[in-house]
Amino acid sequence: MGDQAQLLPGTLDLLILRAVSLGPLHGYGILLRIGQISDNALLIEQGALYPGLFRLVRQGLLKASWGTSDNNRRAKFYELTAPGRKRLREETASWNRLATAIGAALAPQPEEA
Amino acid sequence: MNILSTLSHRLASFFHRSQIREEMDEELGSHIAHRADDLERGGISRAEAERRARIELGGREKYKEQMHATLGGNFTAIAVQDVRFAVRVLGKSAGFTIAAVLTLALAIGANAVVFAVLNALILRPLNVPDSGSLYTLEHGAKDQSTSYPDYLDLRERNRSFEDLTAYIMAPVGLDTGNNPSQAWTYEVTGNYFDALHIQPYLGRFFHSADEHGPNSAPYLVIGYAFWHTHFQDDRGVVGRVVQLNKHPFTILGVAPPEFHGTLLFFSPDLWVPMVDQEQVQGLRVLNDRGQREIYMVLGHVKPGMTEAQAIADLNSVGAYLEKTYPKDDAYMTFSLSRPSLAGDLLGPGVKGFMAGMMLLSALILLAACANLGSLFAARAADRSREVALRLALGSSRKRILRGVFTEAVLISLAGGAVGLLGSVFLLRALSTWKPAPQFPIFVPVNPDAKVYLVALLLALASGFLFGAVPVRQILRTNPYEVVKAGSTGMVAGHTGRRVTLRDLLLVVQIAICAVLVTSSLVAVRGLVRSMHSNFGFEPQDALVVDTTLSMAGYNGDRVIPMQRSMIDALKTIPGVKSVGLVSQIPLGGGGWTENVFRDQTRDLRPSNAAAKVQEFRISPEYFHAAGTSLLQGRALSWQDDKNAPPVAVINQMFARRVFGSAGNALGKSYKMEDGTRVQVVGIAEEGKYYQLTEDPKPAMFLSFLQMPTNSTALVVRTDGDMGRDEAQLATAIRSALRNLDDSLPLNIQTWTQGLDIAMFPSHVATVALGVLGMMGAMLSITGIFGMAAYSVSKRMRELGIRMALGAQRREVLGAALGRAVKLLAIGSAAGLVLGILASRVLAFIVYQATPRDPLVLGGVVLAMALLGLLATWIPAQRALRVNPLILLREE
Repeated sequence: MGDQAQLLPGTLDLLILRAVSLGPLHGYGILLRIGQISDNALLIEQGALYPGLFRLVRQGLLKASWGTSDNNRRAKFYELTAPGRKRLREETASWNRLATAIGAALAPQPEEA
Repeated sequence: MNILSTLSHRLASFFHRSQIREEMDEELGSHIAHRADDLERGGISRAEAERRARIELGGREKYKEQMHATLGGNFTAIAVQDVRFAVRVLGKSAGFTIAAVLTLALAIGANAVVFAVLNALILRPLNVPDSGSLYTLEHGAKDQSTSYPDYLDLRERNRSFEDLTAYIMAPVGLDTGNNPSQAWTYEVTGNYFDALHIQPYLGRFFHSADEHGPNSAPYLVIGYAFWHTHFQDDRGVVGRVVQLNKHPFTILGVAPPEFHGTLLFFSPDLWVPMVDQEQVQGLRVLNDRGQREIYMVLGHVKPGMTEAQAIADLNSVGAYLEKTYPKDDAYMTFSLSRPSLAGDLLGPGVKGFMAGMMLLSALILLAACANLGSLFAARAADRSREVALRLALGSSRKRILRGVFTEAVLISLAGGAVGLLGSVFLLRALSTWKPAPQFPIFVPVNPDAKVYLVALLLALASGFLFGAVPVRQILRTNPYEVVKAGSTGMVAGHTGRRVTLRDLLLVVQIAICAVLVTSSLVAVRGLVRSMHSNFGFEPQDALVVDTTLSMAGYNGDRVIPMQRSMIDALKTIPGVKSVGLVSQIPLGGGGWTENVFRDQTRDLRPSNAAAKVQEFRISPEYFHAAGTSLLQGRALSWQDDKNAPPVAVINQMFARRVFGSAGNALGKSYKMEDGTRVQVVGIAEEGKYYQLTEDPKPAMFLSFLQMPTNSTALVVRTDGDMGRDEAQLATAIRSALRNLDDSLPLNIQTWTQGLDIAMFPSHVATVALGVLGMMGAMLSITGIFGMAAYSVSKRMRELGIRMALGAQRREVLGAALGRAVKLLAIGSAAGLVLGILASRVLAFIVYQATPRDPLVLGGVVLAMALLGLLATWIPAQRALRVNPLILLREE
């Protein structure tokens, strides 16, 4: 697992919103989905997911309800609310701006060549 | 959000908590099960899969705690913890806690008392329905008096008041069986109760329809308190006939308990219709437009009318009156004010004084906060090791600060509660206090919700104020430094020459104290000076008999013979030197004024008056009995009667104002309002007539034989040494007058006692300032003491070394206390300057209040020096007893 990247603070929420945006998921499912869409490149503490979910529900960005999973087990399913969808759009845009800017700053400059 | 819903929210989340906790458990369990399913598929046993899943998940409790933190409901639980910890900490230093609580209790108690009085006198509206729209009319130079015909015109011609009513205050003799005694009444217009929207407690009230000309409405309404004390709550009192000034009057009803009339400090026993004036006051001036006999006109402004519209409306009526009755009416430009403090007559003085008192008591509270702030700072310094340890063990600075504030607020709330309790007792006593027994003064200053709220807010605010003092100190604490320095080490920053916040607080506090000491000394000096100032009469060794002859039915021609026989009867009493009669005793709480005109003035309209003068009607021997000196000319004589031309003795001020000089006045004449020409036969010294603080006023003394008076005060001058048999003399006077007529209510007291009413404002001011000054002084002493004791205890080692190296006592003291003394000097100087500025305000109440008085200045310096000496005495002794050997060996 040594080649997995540490999460930047604050990015877990963004990843959760993104994972859930593709359809309702339970907690473990969210974890798997993040692994899938990020090619298992990110290191996520399993337990740390839950305080994040709890917080997003309190903020009204996610909606939670109990249901039955594919494994036929009881699980809490999360889905995006309208404010959650809006937040995801905004956060994605701002992340992209940041990533571009940092990328540009770190790229080799012409005078270095 | 209001408090209630916040609370219920908190409670709900409190009970909700276990449910949330269960759900969290279930969710984490579900996660483990799903993970185990995946692992199991990889080919390991179920038990092993679950074990791994649990390990991968990590610390469940930690995550659940984090979720709880999101809930935010922990606040209540932490606050309870903080309070319990603070109580334990405070309990450990009981001395500190008690001192702090008592300091605050004094300061908050003082504020609560002052605010309650302010509330009762100024903020609280008069206890009548719709008091917001109730106004009293003032015209000209804040004059409330009006004549009855003018009142009728105002009532009928205005369009902005629902109704206008009017009253006059008068004493009457009331006989409900066989006990003629004096009672105070408001003579009111028939519409009085209707205009004020008052409903009877018992029986009925009289109305406009009951008035049918002079003496047509022999009806009484009695006050609730009077009904209670004089009729023992007898409900059968309605319909009873009693003798009022020997005329039969029927009791119609009882006023409700909360209604005490429309003046805050003068509650009548009875209300009688004004049309009965002849029977009630023994005079008949209701038809005379020039006689401004009505004390106050008041009424409710119509709904929707503004104050300005009402004034404009009244002014148009006023203009009409001035035009139609030029001889009687002038200055009919109106303004409106509140009736409770007699409008602008007492209003500004009372308001100014109360505002000043509020300011001073706020200063006291500020001083107390400064005091406690420096105590807290010293405590924080002493606890710096504890703070450092807690920080090192992982406590957050926020949590430690919260602890300090919790302690501060606990102390302030306890202090507030104790102070409020004390003030409630004090206020109860004040409410029943009667400063002048001859007047029906009743000022309910009982605290209400507003007072409690103010006390609570002040307590909380001061808690945060002094709790904030050590904040910087705690934020700066470096655990490593403190622990390294060891138990006896000095925390950096305390020995420096730098001015610390604590020094500043102490200077501020001493300055505040000096202000209070200065103003209380100014007040005391003013009081002493006013007692020894020249009143224009000699109150010592004289008794005053006060009565009104109409109370026993004397009117017209029967008045003068009765007064002559009263004078004669009193003269025969052994020990009596002389007896003088005067219509109104000077400085007795009442007085008449009249406009006078120069002799050549033809048009006697008020605007042409030469002066407004105090009028006294006296018997020939009055000057002798009162001790007023006659400067020129002659006194009045028994020959100056109805058959002789009218004459007067005037005072110097009158002579200067009207005739240019005293020498010029003798033998000259002037005119009264009704055109009577009066010749000046003598000049008397000036005196005080209405208030101790008044400027010299013109006055005239007319003969009671020429200008009869029903209101009668007899000054009985004894041949000295009265203290011994004052009571005996009073009894002799009473029985002598009873022999003449046993139905005449009498009020007998020494003249000095009679001056209480005039002295009242300066007495109150002196007592109040004295108390505040004492409190300020106490706070300063504890403040300086705390600072000096602390600095001595901190510098024991240094002092020990200095002594070991051969320092003299003086040098040791200088080192130990120099700073405290310097701060004291700076603070006192600042306070003295401020106090001198503040004393200008006092001039309203205190006689000749001037701080530029060497005695006051010296007194302040001496007082502050004494305070300093007192406060530093014990620390100084401790510093001098330092034994270098023992001290150094202990290290």
